[in-house]
Amino acid sequence: MGNLDLSFFTWDLVSKFLVKGFLFSIELTLVAMVGGIFLGTVLALMRLSSFKWLAYPAAVYVNTMRSIPLVMVILWFFLLIPFLTGRPLGAEWSAVITFTAFEAAYYSEIMRAGIQSVSRGQVGAGFALGLTYGQNMRLIVLPQAFRNMLPVLLTQTIILFQDTSLVYAIGAYDLLKGFETAGKNFNRPVEAYLLAAIVYFVICFSLSSVVKKLQAKIAIIR
Amino acid sequence: MNFRWEWEVFLRDTGGGQTYLEWLMSAWGWTLSVAACAGVVAFVLGSVVGTLRTTPNPWLVRLGNAWVELFRNIPLLVQIFLWYHVVPAMFPILKSVPSFLLVVLALGFFTSSRVAEQVRAGIQSLSKGQRSAGLAMGLTLPQTYFYVLLPMAFRIVIPPLTSEAMNIIKNSSVAFAVSVAELTMFAMQAQEETSRGIEVYLAVTGLYIVTAMTINRGMAFVEQRVRVPGTIGGDR
Repeated sequence: MGNLDLSFFTWDLVSKFLVKGFLFSIELTLVAMVGGIFLGTVLALMRLSSFKWLAYPAAVYVNTMRSIPLVMVILWFFLLIPFLTGRPLGAEWSAVITFTAFEAAYYSEIMRAGIQSVSRGQVGAGFALGLTYGQNMRLIVLPQAFRNMLPVLLTQTIILFQDTSLVYAIGAYDLLKGFETAGKNFNRPVEAYLLAAIVYFVICFSLSSVVKKLQAKIAIIR
Repeated sequence: MNFRWEWEVFLRDTGGGQTYLEWLMSAWGWTLSVAACAGVVAFVLGSVVGTLRTTPNPWLVRLGNAWVELFRNIPLLVQIFLWYHVVPAMFPILKSVPSFLLVVLALGFFTSSRVAEQVRAGIQSLSKGQRSAGLAMGLTLPQTYFYVLLPMAFRIVIPPLTSEAMNIIKNSSVAFAVSVAELTMFAMQAQEETSRGIEVYLAVTGLYIVTAMTINRGMAFVEQRVRVPGTIGGDR
C-alpha cells in the first residue's frame, strides 16, 4: 500500500491526456441526454397512442433495447453503421449515435410514467377548451409530465454519464481512456485507475446530491 | 448491398479443436456463472447493508449509506479495473486470484448497493406498528428483524429484485474488459476471427434475451409462491 506515487500527476498530464477525454465524455452525455429525451418523448407518445401501428413498433423498440446489454448495443451499431452506409465511421461518432438511440428507450419509459402521472381531468379540460391533440400535449400534458419526472430524468443522466465509460469496447477516447493512456505512458496504472475512480465518484456524487436537493424542492412546491 | 446469411460459421473450427458453437455455449456458461455468483454476493451483502440502514443505530446507518454511495457513484467498468489493478497492488495476497473471481466481486459489490437500496425501501414500507409490536412482545431487535420485518420485506422487494437480477445478466457483459471468456468477449473475438459479425452478434444477443426472459418468468413463479395472504397482491 505504501508505494503509491502520485508525482506523475501534473498539470501537463491533465492537459495532454485528460482534457480531451473529459470533454468527449461530457459531450457524449449531453448529446445523448438531449437527443434521448426528445426521441424518448416521441416514443412514449407513440406507445400511449391509440393507433396500434404506432404503439406496437415503439413497444418493440423500447423492450428490445432494454433487454440487451449496452456493450452489445455499442458493438452492434459499430458493426452495422458502416455496413449500412458503406462508409467507416469513427468510434466517437458511432458512440454518439448509439447512446442517443439506446438512452431514448430508457428516457421513454420515464416520460411514459410522467405522462401517465398527469391527471385525466387535465386532458379532458384541454379538449373541452378546444385544444387539438398537439396543443394539448405541448401546452398542458408534457410540461407537467416533464416537471414531475425531472429528478428521475436527471438520475438517468447520471447513469448515462457512468455508462459512457463503456465506449472502451470500441476504443473511443473518453475520460477513462484518458486515465488509462496516462497510466500506461508513465507506467503507473494503479494510480491512474484510482484517480479515475475518484474523479468519477466526485462528479456523480455531487450531481446526485444536487438532484436530491432538487427533488426536495419540487416536492414542496407540489 | 448483397448480404448472405452464413450460419455455417458456427460449425467452423476455432483452431483449438472446438467449433464456434461449442465456444458460444461455453461462453454462455461463463456469463451465467459470473451473473449467478455475483448475484449471490449482491443479495447477501445488499440484504445486510440494506437492513443496517434501517436500524436505530446512527453509525450503522451512516456505514450503510456510505457503502451505497461508494458503490453506486463509480462506473462498473472503473470498479472492475479497481478490483483488477488497484486492489491486488494494495493486498498482494490477491495477486494470484483469477480474474473470474475479481469480476464476481466487482459486479457483486456494485449490485449490492442497488439491492441495499431496495431492501431498505422494502423494510421502510412496512408500518411502524410491525416493529413496535415485535419489540413489545419481548423480542430482541435482531429477533424482530428475523421473525417480523425481513420475512415481509423480502416478499415486497421481489419485483425490484427481479429487475436487478436481469440487470446483473446484462452487466456481466462488462467482464469482457478483463478477458473473462463470457458472451460479449466471445462476440468480439469471434467477430474478429470469422468476419461474420452479424450472425455472431445475433446469436449472442438472442442468448442474452433468452436468459433475461427465463429469469423474469422464474422470479414471477417465486413471487406467486411466497405471496402474503391478505394483501392486494395476495388475493386469489
